[in-house]
Amino acid sequence: MKTDVLVIGGGPAGMNAAIEAARAGASVILVERQAHLGGQLVKQTHKFFGWAEKGAGTRGIQLAEEWARAVEEHKNITVLLSSEAIGLYDDGAWMIEQEGKLIPVYPKKIIIAVGAQEKTLPIENADIPGVYGAGAIQTMMHVYGVLPGEKYLIVGAGNIGVILAYQLAQAGAEVKAVVDVLPKLGGAYWVHVTKIRRMGIPLYMKHTVIEIKGDQWVESATIAEIDEKFQPIPGTEKELDVDTIAISIGLSPLTDLMYQAGVELIWIPELGGLVPVHSENMRTTKPNIYVAGDASGIEEATTAALEGKIAGAVAAKDLGLTVNDSDIEEWKNELGQLRDAPLLEKLRHGLHKLHEAAKERGLQ
Amino acid sequence: MKRIENHPILTFKRGKKIKFYFEGKEMWGYEGDTIASALVANGVKVFRESIKLHRPRGFYCAIGNCSSCLMTVDGVPNIRTCITPLKEGMHIERIKGKGALHYED
Ligand SMILES: Cc1cc2nc3c(=O)[nH]c(=O)nc-3n(C[C@H](O)[C@H](O)[C@H](O)COP(=O)(O)OP(=O)(O)OC[C@H]3O[C@@H](n4cnc5c(N)ncnc54)[C@H](O)[C@@H]3O)c2cc1C
Repeated sequence: MKTDVLVIGGGPAGMNAAIEAARAGASVILVERQAHLGGQLVKQTHKFFGWAEKGAGTRGIQLAEEWARAVEEHKNITVLLSSEAIGLYDDGAWMIEQEGKLIPVYPKKIIIAVGAQEKTLPIENADIPGVYGAGAIQTMMHVYGVLPGEKYLIVGAGNIGVILAYQLAQAGAEVKAVVDVLPKLGGAYWVHVTKIRRMGIPLYMKHTVIEIKGDQWVESATIAEIDEKFQPIPGTEKELDVDTIAISIGLSPLTDLMYQAGVELIWIPELGGLVPVHSENMRTTKPNIYVAGDASGIEEATTAALEGKIAGAVAAKDLGLTVNDSDIEEWKNELGQLRDAPLLEKLRHGLHKLHEAAKERGLQ
Repeated sequence: MKRIENHPILTFKRGKKIKFYFEGKEMWGYEGDTIASALVANGVKVFRESIKLHRPRGFYCAIGNCSSCLMTVDGVPNIRTCITPLKEGMHIERIKGKGALHYED
């Protein structure tokens, strides 16, 4: 198959990239490996933080539906579901696997918007059943209506951990504790924190999980307070009767396709680890490859959507199509304002490193 | 390990009931389930064992990234059960080792 633009990933970033490229007149193929569009948004029942006009107050699942409808209604966009981009060949073919069938796609421009993966906890026994990614539990609970356990410990009190705590309670599960190594809450928004406090869910700061017991699956977890050097303080241990441990200690971008395609990656911990070097126009070090969303550095759905729009419009422009430069400037402005929140200092530091790297390489 | 019946925000529109087999044992799920969600709803926690140390593994990411939930489905090994829709009559098994293809049989 030939196309002007191949968009890989149908989350907020990929859907918006497809819409903008198509709006400029490009033919677009959007591939998504799940059976539905929406990315991580399909499990987010909570109302969104961010700006009102950017969807704050709207539940994530509704935002996903609105964008998915816009994608499906656009005549320039072909959506391939249950279809995964698995690799790039020397002749420029991107191989798409669709339920056992292989479909080579020859695109002029590629936008990689594959999202991120949840980090794992590096302690003994953290590999046994019952220890799950927080997002994974949210998926089981909200997409499939299944609770994977009854009594939960949540490790990591950022937004995802805190949101998961009250969502578990809403679904009828018992949350025994939320722990975080930081002395005070960092990234979690107060609306959500207030909710879990009101529900009586204990939040232990400066605490971590030090032991997971269980032979075939989790039977208990021990938490303890830690000192300045992150070492457990003897005598502060508490063994919790839990069958499930949710890990929400961060995400890292999915970079395997970028790596294979030769896109330069650099290590920026503030953005989630290895990230593709890219400009504010979302161009990477490979001329025809663009990135957007969590795959380009961990942020949020609203920023992912804006980056997607920019990548889609810039790819169309690079194809010689007419786009409104003032639109692109407007989206960049909005990104700047979203990133200006006081809580996001670490993120801004990471983005600064990224932009320096892009400048050094002369990326426009 | 249960289906959510009452939820303040979501209503789960479950499709028709689907019969499948896990390690030979009959189980039930719904249309719309993935293999992994149906197993979890049936109380299955151990999906496979690790290749070298034979440690038990369940699902981990539930979105097709991490390979923790690989199983043998209708004889085909290494299927990501968390993103594979459940189908009527499927035979799901735990993989021992890396899995075999049996092309010669
Ligand atoms: C539990 C949780 C709660 C969150 N809460 C909020 C919140 O309240 N507010 C907020 O703004 N943000 C929130 N976020 C973050 C937000 O969901 C993400 O930042 C956003 O979804 C990123 O969008 P994306 O399009 O970059 O990636 P994703 O939404 O992850 O989408 C990527 C898509 O690419 C697909 N894909 C991956 N690889 C391939 C491949 N090789 N071929 C084809 N398709 C592929 C995936 O299946 C996925 O659908 C939360 C995230 C999580 C995990």
